[in-house]
Amino acid sequence: MDIVKCTKVTKTYRQDTVVVRALSGASLSIQEGGFVAIAGPSGSGKTTLLNIIGGLDYADSGRVVVDGNVLTDMSQSALAHLRLHKVGFVFQAYNLIPVLSALENVEFVMLLQGVPPAERRERAKAILDDVGLGGMYDRRPAELSGGQQQRVAVARSIVSNPSIVLADEPTANLDSKTGASLLEIMQEMNEKKGVTFIFSTHDKMVMDYARRLIYLRDGRIVEDKIRNG
Amino acid sequence: MSIDLKMAWRNIWRHPRRAILTMAAIAFATVLLVFMLSWQFGSYDTMINAAVKVHTGHLQVQAAGYHEQQNMHLVVPDPVSVSRLLDDIPDVAAHTARATAFSLVSSHERTYGVAVRGIDPTKEAQVTTVGQVIRQGKYLSDDDAAQALVGGLLAKNLRVGVGDELVLLGQGRDGSIAATVVQVAGIFSYGQDELDRNVIYIPLPYFQEVYSMQGAVHEVVVLGTSLEAVPRIKRSVSAELKTIDKKNKLVVLDWMELMPGLIQSIQMDLISGFIMYLILIIVVAFSILNTFLMVIFERTREFGVFMALGTTPGRLTRLLLLESTTLTLLGTAMGIVAGSLVTWYFQVHGIVISGTSEMLQQYGLPERMYPQLSTLSIAVGAGLVLAITLAAALYPALKVRRLRPVEAMRAV
Ligand SMILES: Nc1ncnc2c1ncn2[C@@H]1O[C@H](COP(=O)(O)OP(=O)(O)OP(=O)(O)O)[C@@H](O)[C@H]1O
Ligand SMILES: [Mg+2]
Repeated sequence: MDIVKCTKVTKTYRQDTVVVRALSGASLSIQEGGFVAIAGPSGSGKTTLLNIIGGLDYADSGRVVVDGNVLTDMSQSALAHLRLHKVGFVFQAYNLIPVLSALENVEFVMLLQGVPPAERRERAKAILDDVGLGGMYDRRPAELSGGQQQRVAVARSIVSNPSIVLADEPTANLDSKTGASLLEIMQEMNEKKGVTFIFSTHDKMVMDYARRLIYLRDGRIVEDKIRNG
Repeated sequence: MSIDLKMAWRNIWRHPRRAILTMAAIAFATVLLVFMLSWQFGSYDTMINAAVKVHTGHLQVQAAGYHEQQNMHLVVPDPVSVSRLLDDIPDVAAHTARATAFSLVSSHERTYGVAVRGIDPTKEAQVTTVGQVIRQGKYLSDDDAAQALVGGLLAKNLRVGVGDELVLLGQGRDGSIAATVVQVAGIFSYGQDELDRNVIYIPLPYFQEVYSMQGAVHEVVVLGTSLEAVPRIKRSVSAELKTIDKKNKLVVLDWMELMPGLIQSIQMDLISGFIMYLILIIVVAFSILNTFLMVIFERTREFGVFMALGTTPGRLTRLLLLESTTLTLLGTAMGIVAGSLVTWYFQVHGIVISGTSEMLQQYGLPERMYPQLSTLSIAVGAGLVLAITLAAALYPALKVRRLRPVEAMRAV
């Protein structure tokens, strides 16, 4: 089953007189349970594509369907609802709410979802244990290393049981060793929980983890290959 | 504690110095308002009580129209029955009768037009302060006859002193010429030029004889036990008067009607006070506004994360309002405590005032005034600060609603 289906998605940015075509007719389908990398040089439209799939931004034209929801005709508040229940995000950096501890950061999404406190706590602890942050429940983001922060972000993105997790260059701010271990954790979560991961990167090492590699250039998909893991 | 409240609390203390300064501004405004309002409310009571004791009393029974026209033919014909009636009314502390005639007064050298007032020496001293402002000579006694108290400025103008003689020349109630010679028994000075320059007091029985009053007076002056009792006394006196005043010629006037200028000064003082307070609070409100606009600016990226997680703009607004409300409430609470302490200190020790506005001084303000701490002054003071600062915090909180997730995420 296709969990994400994009058809001829375009997006144009205008800044004063300069017009930039960030996406020019990108079409792709991603199956449930996938572990997909979107690669491409800087400015090729990776972030734009992920934002549109995650309901953070609107496409100018084309059609985007996520888990049966047609994003292209949803309101802002409907998109917020969709993000809360269907999409997990991991960004490059500053993912966490600085005034909340690791545990509270993970709990916060479930709080928004209305999960009762006791269950919230239990699930948050379990997922932090899963990503290897067992003893760090009460640390604030400022007291965690970059790699640990990204792991909290991964834990937070999957704790709400989303249909897809979108990670925009999650390892860009990490050294290669820490980056690799984050990818391993993502891989493990993908296999263990069956959550679909779509992540962007221009790092060759990161691409090697993907089971499918979609290559973007100038807002177009120029290559799409299944890799044998 | 809920996560929302925790976040609000921790966000406040992300910038401790800014939080403390903002709270201090709110607290300062609250202190000032609580104190100033207590001061105003307290001073009005003192002022009114001082003013009524100079001359007017809390209430007067007069003939209808006398207050406006000062016509000596408009009299209270039977003051004895009025005073008997007043004796039976609770809350009446004291009362006295007076009569006034405008006459010429002459010394050997000069002549002036003055108000000659007939007073009951003993009873007058219970109602007004005239007995306490004699600077030379002595106050009148009940068996004095052709004796007079003269205002200090008038005595100077006439060039007379205690023991000198004055000629009074006026018109009696029956139209006859009223003329007599009186001896200066004492010289008074209120410190109010109006009285010190234009008034002569003589004993009431002698006045009634000279001016052919036939037992009548012009005003029966009443002092109540307290300011709050005045409306009650007024109602009782009005009701009781009907039994002796069949033709409805007498009226009861309270201090507000007798001294319209005083109540106007109070209103002016209140209004100018409120304008000042408003300016003060608006300044504080701008500092709140600034703090929270900075918060929005600094945390834009963070709001982007919130929105990516699926937080609705409404919830973000609520989070920000929780934060500003907590900050404001803390500041106001500190202000209430400090303001009450400061006010209470001065309530005990009083404040020496010099150079109060002349408008108020002419009503005989005392030297030392005391603020009056009350739930009203606390509630109004703190309430105003709270309302305006919260309103100021509303704008930044609503501003986040316009934020779009991608734009917010791009900010760092
Ligand atoms: N808000 C914007 N306003 C104007 N142009 C934009 C905006 N966002 C993106 N662009 C432009 O759109 C194109 C695609 O941008 P996008 O961020 O999707 O690229 P990317 O592949 O994520 O690049 P990077 O690897 O550098 O993150 C770029 O040319 C970029 O300059
Ligand atoms: Mg990008």
